[in-house]
Amino acid sequence: MTEALPPTGSVDATRPAPASSPDPTADPTRDPTPEGEAPNAVPAPEARRSASQDWAAGVAAATASDAQRRADNAAEIEPLLRVVGLKKHFPIIGGFLRRQIGTVFAVDGVDFEVQRGETFALVGESGCGKTTLGRSLLRLTEPTAGKVIFGGRDISALSQDELRPVRRRMQIIFQDPFGSLNPRMPVSDIIGEGLLAQGMKDRKKRDKKVEDSLEVVGLRRDYTRRYPHEFSGGQRQRIGIARALALDPEFVVCDEPVSALDVSIQSQVLNLLVDLRRDFNLTYLFISHNLSVIQYFSDRVAVMYLGKIAEVGTVEQLYENARHPYTVALLSAIPEADPRRKKKRLVLKGDVPSPAAPPTGCRFHTRCWLREKLGNPERCVTEEPQLRVLESGHQTACHFAEDVSDRTVSQVVQTQDVLATAVAAEGADVPA
Amino acid sequence: MTATAERHALGAPPPDDILLDVRNLRTVFHVMDGDVPAVDGVSFQLRPGRSIGIVGESGSGKSVTALTIMRLLDIPPAEVMPGSEIWFDGTELLRMPMDAMRKIRGNDIAMIFQEPLTSLNPVFTIGGQIAEQVELHLKVKKKEAWERAIESLKLVGIPSPERRAKQYPHEMSGGMRQRVMIAMALSCEPKLLIADEPTTALDVTIQAQILELLKTIQDRTDSALLLITHDLGVIAEMVEDVVVMYSGQVVETGTVDQVLLEPRAPYTMGLIESIPTVDKRGGRLSVIKGTVPSPFNLPPACRFEPRCPYAWDHCRKVVPDLFQTDHPNQLARCHLYTAAGVGRREQALEAHAQAMTVGRDLGGQR
Repeated sequence: MTEALPPTGSVDATRPAPASSPDPTADPTRDPTPEGEAPNAVPAPEARRSASQDWAAGVAAATASDAQRRADNAAEIEPLLRVVGLKKHFPIIGGFLRRQIGTVFAVDGVDFEVQRGETFALVGESGCGKTTLGRSLLRLTEPTAGKVIFGGRDISALSQDELRPVRRRMQIIFQDPFGSLNPRMPVSDIIGEGLLAQGMKDRKKRDKKVEDSLEVVGLRRDYTRRYPHEFSGGQRQRIGIARALALDPEFVVCDEPVSALDVSIQSQVLNLLVDLRRDFNLTYLFISHNLSVIQYFSDRVAVMYLGKIAEVGTVEQLYENARHPYTVALLSAIPEADPRRKKKRLVLKGDVPSPAAPPTGCRFHTRCWLREKLGNPERCVTEEPQLRVLESGHQTACHFAEDVSDRTVSQVVQTQDVLATAVAAEGADVPA
Repeated sequence: MTATAERHALGAPPPDDILLDVRNLRTVFHVMDGDVPAVDGVSFQLRPGRSIGIVGESGSGKSVTALTIMRLLDIPPAEVMPGSEIWFDGTELLRMPMDAMRKIRGNDIAMIFQEPLTSLNPVFTIGGQIAEQVELHLKVKKKEAWERAIESLKLVGIPSPERRAKQYPHEMSGGMRQRVMIAMALSCEPKLLIADEPTTALDVTIQAQILELLKTIQDRTDSALLLITHDLGVIAEMVEDVVVMYSGQVVETGTVDQVLLEPRAPYTMGLIESIPTVDKRGGRLSVIKGTVPSPFNLPPACRFEPRCPYAWDHCRKVVPDLFQTDHPNQLARCHLYTAAGVGRREQALEAHAQAMTVGRDLGGQR
């Protein structure tokens, strides 16, 4: 968890890296925007803004080599990221002979697409596989099966050497601003490590890049010699963001980037992520359990339950017209900081079952309020529901999604007994 | 602690309809780098059967307040300063001998902690742990204590409690353990239940279960609730009155509707403005610039002044008291509500109203 990305290996200086093309930000007379995006044409009143824009221009120039441009054109037709049938299973080793005695189905067959420039959110409770999924996309954990197609190229089959240039384009911001920074490294090394691994061997260039990235995330350029313990939680998270951005990525996995922060600091970091998305045209995969943050921050959302996607759609589709009983319950469970909206909520029964022994059929059937209301149809136990399209862009994996309505929800809320919510079904979670 | 506290003359006991009366509570930690005033002059009252929430960010002193009430702090390094008083049910707790305090703890005041696994003993069955407490506090026979333990497990909705009572903490899920904690807390029918971040470690659907359970049970048993949390959403659903803490001090008090819908202290306003909501989508979120001040280097007068968008030179010179706002019984630690702040008050309230619909940058820092 603590290593900087990408993992160091033998450094190949011939790889295309930001260092190999002339650094346009070093030379102010050169037109840095051959793509015609011309962020410099916009007058930037604040020094901070203009610094980040210069940097953005530098990114555009650095990535504008011909080969890159061809790849980009091809990629524009394709979504930036396409995930097909992705699975990640972890073996459970135990017993006298240390043999595999079971399997954790952390991610168990997930398909989705992320368009260039959009923010795609993964939401779910702990153990639903959202973090494993995020890490599998970057091959920080090797997927068990399935394909990850990034920029038109299947990266799940690439060797570590082939992967390195791709890694530069996809980065990750970790949840824990304390655990994810090596306490024995100064900021210059924490951020510079990835640059070095990508072949930027010139110390001076690297230091400049590190300072630039610090400035972009709102930290002072002279912080490079400091160590992580000298920073507050919010500042550490900024360092984590600077580390990801130093490599000029196109795609950033944000794994619960604000969960460890206090509310007043959380909004600072969210604003920063919004600014960076705009300035550098980033595509985010935003992993969170906080539905309010997702609603504010994202374009599309996938709700995960026990390693599978239960429902996917735009923020509007999901928050206003949720059609999976789990999504409905999840939304109902958010405590809102507005006493006027005090509501009777739909309370789910029991806990999330173990991902080592997911229920048959629909994985949610053991806790499903809709199934109970419909008289416990057998189909939920015997047949696994597949994602199906309800309306354009809105998919749900429920056999009875058409029965989810405000009326059924309020009927269920009226009759539920909050004291009887401890377990899904009697004895269901009692360990043997 | 008692030695220094006793030298101070004790105030008069509160009237009978006040269950808990915390007066000018000051808790200091003596650490290597100096003294940390973790709780610095906190006062509030709680009536029987009512609920109050203490809300604040990490380091604001909310948990230390609860631990001081329970007298669970290690002394030293902690010290409860002279002049502090905690009246509970007609008696003053800080001057009470430890063995008498032990009887009150668990019996009259019970506490639920954030992480249930660390508060349960891993080598005893949960039924045994509840029964032990019942036996001690209610002076009943072993068999009756066991029966009461099962009764309280039933009360918190744990199915087949006879079998569950024989299980160990590790055999249960997080939500189930928190139910056990609640069962344990309620087994002696306390007059006051203190819950310190009871759902922070739980997933959102389990949090919903526990919050609904706490509400139902508080209604049924008629015990008072002191809820400590950083989550304004939990506050909104659970309590009637709110105390907002910042840097060891109370910065605002009022009813939950007052504090969350019409906050008056600039810190509370900023906090509520910074919550992401659907109305702020697409815009920037409001930001409270900077960070919480270090306890070794507190601002000279108002502690929120360096981060406050409305501060003026007065705020750096004069220490603000808790002042009456334009609402009855809503107090805010801010000079806006004194004669000196008259002109600025309207501006501040208007700016807040605007920030609630449109995201707004309160500070220069990103």
